[in-house]
Amino acid sequence: MFNFSSEQFRLNVGLAEMLKGGVIMDVTNVEQAKIAEDAGASAVMALERVPSDIRKEGGVARMANIEIMEAIKNAVHIPLMAKARIGHFMEARILEALGVDFIDESEVLTPADEEHHIDKNDFKVPFVCGARNLGEALRRIGEGAAMIRTKGEAGSGNIVEAVRHIRTIVREMKQLTVLGKEELAAAAKNLQAPLELVEWVAQHGTLPVPNFSAGGIATPADAALVMQLGAEAVFVGSGIFKSSDPANRANAIVMAAKNYNNPEKLLEASRSLGAAMPGLEISKIPEGELLQTRGW
Amino acid sequence: MKRVGVLSLQGDFAAHGAALERAGAAPVYVRERSQLGEIDGLILPGGESTTMLKLLRHENLFDELAEFGRRKPVFGTCAGAILMATDVTNPPQESLGLMDIAVERNAYGRQLDSRVVELDPAPEFEMRTAPGKLEAVFIRAPIIRRAGNGAQVLAEYAGDPVLIEQGRHLVATFHPELTTDARVHCLFLGKL
Repeated sequence: MFNFSSEQFRLNVGLAEMLKGGVIMDVTNVEQAKIAEDAGASAVMALERVPSDIRKEGGVARMANIEIMEAIKNAVHIPLMAKARIGHFMEARILEALGVDFIDESEVLTPADEEHHIDKNDFKVPFVCGARNLGEALRRIGEGAAMIRTKGEAGSGNIVEAVRHIRTIVREMKQLTVLGKEELAAAAKNLQAPLELVEWVAQHGTLPVPNFSAGGIATPADAALVMQLGAEAVFVGSGIFKSSDPANRANAIVMAAKNYNNPEKLLEASRSLGAAMPGLEISKIPEGELLQTRGW
Repeated sequence: MKRVGVLSLQGDFAAHGAALERAGAAPVYVRERSQLGEIDGLILPGGESTTMLKLLRHENLFDELAEFGRRKPVFGTCAGAILMATDVTNPPQESLGLMDIAVERNAYGRQLDSRVVELDPAPEFEMRTAPGKLEAVFIRAPIIRRAGNGAQVLAEYAGDPVLIEQGRHLVATFHPELTTDARVHCLFLGKL
């Protein structure tokens, strides 16, 4: 039985609540972490290489170097997130022992288990997981995720997949709200999601945890777009530190997350940013190199 | 009916809006300077205080909020309490100085040190609201290291004040908006 009132669930979702309306930025060293904090990031995500470099260089992408994560943890005062490979519960245990504030069980790293995700209910540290649709989101919440983010297509600089995923999740939630009670079991079967979570979404029209967006955000306009579509905060990976002026762009995306409803202020945030990261057309990425199809 | 603003730059402003509704008030989500004229009191929510400071400066809201607090009641929780203090440490950062308190950020530790506890509030709190224990959700919470003259401590945890009233203002280092107990929000509404 899923326990929404457990102390652990409330604390984990509580921290996710505090991150709403903000920008979580990927960083690979202390210098970048400080730039992110100074720009107004609400958290930093430590990883070894940003997604666009992982895509370019290939090889196995693992949890980040401990010394670097420790140095970032000591250098900034905002929450520290770190990525573990899908299913790699021992990387997660090590990150928990290190004292990170949130773990991202992430498709950006090379999966360690092709069948099973981490049993996140068994941890004290909160987890965020990627999802492309409502079924995937609810499976992850059932396993204990305290936050969902759309997967998008990390490292692509192309917002189209993040848009597809947030639209899909929002549409599937809306559809549940108009179903009769007797229809929910079949809906749960189709979504391949736990019935009690399907019932919760049908009743409330939202996820039981915060719903953020990631995977392709490169400009203030991108951030505002996914927030208009229902994302409650954004993750920016390669988009900041692969642009020509990271500090300025980081700041502009923070302003955009707050002003997603105000075109005049978005115009102001979009000025004088220099070049965005180079983007990739999704259809030109070989299917085997798509990151979003990792995990289920 | 009194109009209560919730500063909605970043953080758990929506949770405060829901808590105000439970307490019987309609929230105004404040994102622009012009909205300060429409409200009788303001809540500064939880979130990241450095992010909020950045946005306050960028939106030219910092001095306006300090001025608002000289006339009207303000209630800050967690990051909001940090913004309202006169002194902030770990690390030092600027603040509105609405309340004569010194606050240390993240003083209990990191997320793994976050906790839910039951407090025995001061008799004054129960007298003005309703009797009963107070559930307190601490998330990467600050500690109030010093409270100046005229501060009334309404609840303590482990020897430190966690809910303080000073003149027209109120601060909590925990998150009453993340519980179903509306008494702290009701107390604030009573100050408007």
